Amino acid sequence: MAAFIGRRFISMLITLVLVSVVGFIVINLPPGSYLDVYRAQLMVLGTSTAEQQIKALEKRYALDKPLYYQYLKWITGFVRGDFGRSFQYNREVSELVWNRLGFTVVVSVCSLVFSWIVALPIGIYSATHKYSAADNIFTFLSFIGLSIPSFLIALVLMVISSRYFGMSVGGLFSRAYENAPWSWAKLVDFLQHLWIPVVVVGLADTAGLMRVMRGNLSDILSMQYVQTARAKGLPERVVIYKHAVRNALHPLIMNLGMSLPGIISGSTVVSIVLSLPTCGPLYFNALRSQDMFLAGTFLVFMAIMLVIGNFLADIALAMVDPRIRYE
Amino acid sequence: MAVQERELPANEVLLEVKDLRTQFFTEQGVVKAVDGVSFTIKKGKVLGIVGESGCGKSITALSIMRLLPEPRGKIVSGTITFYPPEGGSVDITRLDRHSAEMRRIRGRHIAMIFQEPMTSLNPVHTIGDQIIEAIQLHQDVDKETARKRAIEVLNQVDIPHPERRINEYPHQMSGGQRQRAMIAMALSCYPSILIADEPTTALDVTIQAKILRNMRDLQRQYGMAIMLITHDLGVIGQMADEVLVMYVGRKVEQADVRELFLNPLHPYTQGLFRSIPLIGLKGKKLVPIAGSVPSPYNLPPGCYFAPRCPRAMDICRQEAPAEYEVEPGHFVSCWLYK
Repeated sequence: MAAFIGRRFISMLITLVLVSVVGFIVINLPPGSYLDVYRAQLMVLGTSTAEQQIKALEKRYALDKPLYYQYLKWITGFVRGDFGRSFQYNREVSELVWNRLGFTVVVSVCSLVFSWIVALPIGIYSATHKYSAADNIFTFLSFIGLSIPSFLIALVLMVISSRYFGMSVGGLFSRAYENAPWSWAKLVDFLQHLWIPVVVVGLADTAGLMRVMRGNLSDILSMQYVQTARAKGLPERVVIYKHAVRNALHPLIMNLGMSLPGIISGSTVVSIVLSLPTCGPLYFNALRSQDMFLAGTFLVFMAIMLVIGNFLADIALAMVDPRIRYE
Repeated sequence: MAVQERELPANEVLLEVKDLRTQFFTEQGVVKAVDGVSFTIKKGKVLGIVGESGCGKSITALSIMRLLPEPRGKIVSGTITFYPPEGGSVDITRLDRHSAEMRRIRGRHIAMIFQEPMTSLNPVHTIGDQIIEAIQLHQDVDKETARKRAIEVLNQVDIPHPERRINEYPHQMSGGQRQRAMIAMALSCYPSILIADEPTTALDVTIQAKILRNMRDLQRQYGMAIMLITHDLGVIGQMADEVLVMYVGRKVEQADVRELFLNPLHPYTQGLFRSIPLIGLKGKKLVPIAGSVPSPYNLPPGCYFAPRCPRAMDICRQEAPAEYEVEPGHFVSCWLYK
């Protein structure tokens, strides 16, 4: 097991380096740089000193140097916690990111937990009561859930909560609490706002998870060892939970590993619609305006989450399935 | 011909199946998987059930265990009477298949092993856990005692170093060892009947012979009855005391094993024997049975074997034959013996 973890850890580091290189190149691929955007803005303002300012900025961020130099400068700073500066906001990237990361993680983790708590029992029920009325209803609902874009659900929920519950919509706080320090009242307000993004973001995953769980478990239920467990005289409940469900979890654990980066970037569109102070919209804007250090930082963060997610998923799989441990 | 005493004292009969009919309800129609089969399983004896794939022999076993995929497949009529060791009798067909009473019979009194040793053990639990689970389910013992019993029974099925292998997972064992472990699990609760559905079909011949010998020894040691399902007449010859031949859900012939091998009466049984290759018998050609098994959705009227039967008469194509006792204990369902 230790050797297995060690091997996985080294390949994890190599992957991260490669991702950061490729990511940096891709971000720089579109013609021009943030400075071109900036220059255009200055031109509109009609500032005469535009060229000089641009030259100064170019020097400061080494933008006149070749790409590999820029990369090395950025990545060596990155490992020391200096993520570079955002051109667009004219602030340290770290400030911008940490600020939003907390809310992002809360929203994402809540919606992840929500989707698992809803999807697993329904998936198990559907698989064990295949083609029953309830199963058909769940199947129908899950297809609707899969096919309706989540921003539409967000809009509908916003309308409902503002029209029928008289709540302020959008954001994570009412206006009164937006800049207030944390207090019980602010926490309550936060929780009142939290459920919409959690439900909206979670719902899309729920539908998918439900289908995966149903399909998997019904495959497993036709396996011979499930029949063996029944032949022992075990109650059906034990047969399903101890012998079948545990074998049906593999793809879901893999899925969990893949969904970790989504915790940072996830549901950008929903966040924009709901004007949530999360990382998604920030990342989206950074890409649009070629704010390369900000975008690059997000990219590496997501890569780290993905790699860690897969790493954790592998360890979890090895714990669930002894066949993986010994390979 | 030494014919076995047929009228055994009542306490020797462990299971009595009477006119069992099990049907599957599919979109294409009703399949009569088991169509009026009767037999008894007697203490300390091996009953062999032989027939081609799809003849209903496995479904008969699943009906007894109440492991049919209900409601798609279910017992529509007939009785399966089980006589528990503590006395009395119970009709299995009348029990709720999920009830505590049925679950006490399943695994405790009637244990079953399956054809596919590679997939019949759960890959995520150790062999030991799976056997201990069965022991603790049916016997009021602590984990340590259950573990000792598991090691003992693994030793009895010839698994070397059972105290070490008990901690292994199924994928660390070969197919033969897995089947031995399955047998160990089945025996762990001292069942009175062991149903073995093609237990050695998936294994190679040398291992097959060893496992069959081991099963026969354990059967004597435990004094249990075995219902052995196979399509292999060689396995029947080695193991069975009494044989039941099935064709398309019906019993066509039943006799003591020696009687059946020396004097097969039903044309289908005779056909089966003619299609076995025998080493050393030169000049004797293998004769396959002509034609193929009829579709379960389109069964011929009369005897199901009539379309393939070399000795079919007019009546065979019109009316199903009754069962005739040609010699004491030798039953055949064929118009030739009316």
